[in-house]
Amino acid sequence: MKPSADQLFEDVTSRDKPGIATSIRTYFLRHAQVFFYSLGQLWRTPFAMLMTAAVIGIALALPTGMHVLLSNAQQLSGGWEGAAKISLYLKQKTTEAQAKKLANKIHKLDEVAEVEYISSEKGLEEFKQRTGYDTALKALDDNPIPATLVVTPDLRFNNAEQLEALAKQLGKYKQVDLVQLDSEWVQRLFAIMDIVSQGIVILGIMLSIGVLLVVGNTIRLAIQNRRDEIVIVKLIGGTDAFIRRPFLYTGFWYGFIGGFIAIVLVFLSLYLMSGPVEDLAGLYQSQFALHKMDFGTIITILVLSIGLGLSGSWIAVGRHLREIEPR
Amino acid sequence: MIQFLQASKRYPSGHDALLNVNFEMQQGEMAFLTGHSGAGKSTLLKLIALIERTSRGQVIINGENTSKVKARRIPYFRRNIGIIFQDHQLLFDRTVYDNVALPLIISGQPPREIARRTRAALDKVGLLKREKSYPITLSGGEQQRVGIARAVVNKPSLLLADEPTGNLDPELSWEIMQVFEQFRQVGVTVMVASHDLDMIKKLGHRILVLKDGQLIGDTAQADQG
Ligand SMILES: Nc1ncnc2c1ncn2[C@@H]1O[C@H](COP(=O)(O)OP(=O)(O)OP(=O)(O)O)[C@@H](O)[C@H]1O
Ligand SMILES: [Mg+2]
Repeated sequence: MKPSADQLFEDVTSRDKPGIATSIRTYFLRHAQVFFYSLGQLWRTPFAMLMTAAVIGIALALPTGMHVLLSNAQQLSGGWEGAAKISLYLKQKTTEAQAKKLANKIHKLDEVAEVEYISSEKGLEEFKQRTGYDTALKALDDNPIPATLVVTPDLRFNNAEQLEALAKQLGKYKQVDLVQLDSEWVQRLFAIMDIVSQGIVILGIMLSIGVLLVVGNTIRLAIQNRRDEIVIVKLIGGTDAFIRRPFLYTGFWYGFIGGFIAIVLVFLSLYLMSGPVEDLAGLYQSQFALHKMDFGTIITILVLSIGLGLSGSWIAVGRHLREIEPR
Repeated sequence: MIQFLQASKRYPSGHDALLNVNFEMQQGEMAFLTGHSGAGKSTLLKLIALIERTSRGQVIINGENTSKVKARRIPYFRRNIGIIFQDHQLLFDRTVYDNVALPLIISGQPPREIARRTRAALDKVGLLKREKSYPITLSGGEQQRVGIARAVVNKPSLLLADEPTGNLDPELSWEIMQVFEQFRQVGVTVMVASHDLDMIKKLGHRILVLKDGQLIGDTAQADQG
């Protein structure tokens, strides 16, 4: 260490302040470096990192998978709702002329798309064909099947309440003996699916809180492991924002990787289920096939899980960074 | 540059580590702080770097009253002070270069400036050839010099060293003191806490003596008086 000290020190010290453009560029460059540095840090302990990310992934895959299955069920049953029909069983003494007149009247209603008149004879014929109770019916003197008007509601009036209201209204005609809303069981199914959907939301919220805690705890441990480093950085003038940054990016990566795992898990499960589902659909002569996750769901999961990762680390950093001060 | 006015520090335990300390140091001055173990040397340096706050009295650094510096501004306040610790406080998972560059990264210097200044600081302490090494592979003296390079790389106007030569052999200690001397020559105020009275006397700078938290000797005042 031969001192040509002044000169060297001059070299250390002299330099004008950087311009604004340079400062901004440096700022973003630094962010990008920390962004990838924190990923690199995680990859140094891939097993530990993947364990945490897998916990996040499974926690998010569960409600996501259920959501996808439910929307499949909704899609499938959506077709049934369109088929909702209202059957009006007419009183026995109603003549064919009266029935056709009523049919015309009903057809003029806004809510009604179509009315089909089925005479009692035709009704009996159909019943025989469907059931094969031919001989049994022959034993009866009278035709027990009443004349029927089958009303197809207009698609615009196709939700549960409106169908209910229409059925009630149609029941008021004096020739009508009995009203039957064919779609009642579909409505019930929808009600059940609504409950299930609520359940999935609640489950999703609880598991999201779980993810928040997992990330928070992981970051808390990371902060404790780097306690010495944090003290040193504080001693040489590092701001809280500077110290926080790598931990926040770590939370980001946990969220990102966890979300990715969740998506893969859901895809995998759907793939495994699609075979059996198609077999089952085949038994019902249905072309139904499981819909995969759409792009919107994938993006939502990623955004959500990154958001959870960031918030979890934000909470941990806010709580624990302040405790660490040089002494 | 440094001004202590009736400064006292009482730790939460109730122990008075410093009691009514008064002294003043000019820019570019170098002083040694000595006294028995537990006399309050480290505490005095901590008050300057705002690692601890004064309980009573005032400490004024560069015209700024430390008791008025808000917690949020402490990092910026510290950037003007280079601190060297007895136990180096290096990051052992980063290279020598990265350790020295850290203060510049913290203060947001552009990459080219960082490279230039870091190398200059390493050159200054004679470790440019070891820039890619990890601190664990260096000797105690070399690690201490890395600490010095890190302390000066941000061009502080004040350099504090707490027993920087604590466990180094006399020759190495002397070399490190020479490095401090060089910084003083270019206008940096240097304050070094040390037990090593023999060496301190040989260097011939101002000496402040602490005993049980009180300043009982100051060669500068002795000269004047
Ligand atoms: N955080 C603390 N809480 C309570 N007491 C403390 C604390 N830090 C130091 N002290 C006490 O204050 C007194 C001065 O301590 P200080 O570390 O300043 O001494 P020192 O002169 O640096 O000693 P040494 O030469 O051993 O480093 C000691 O009696 C010590 O026990
Ligand atoms: Mg000490």
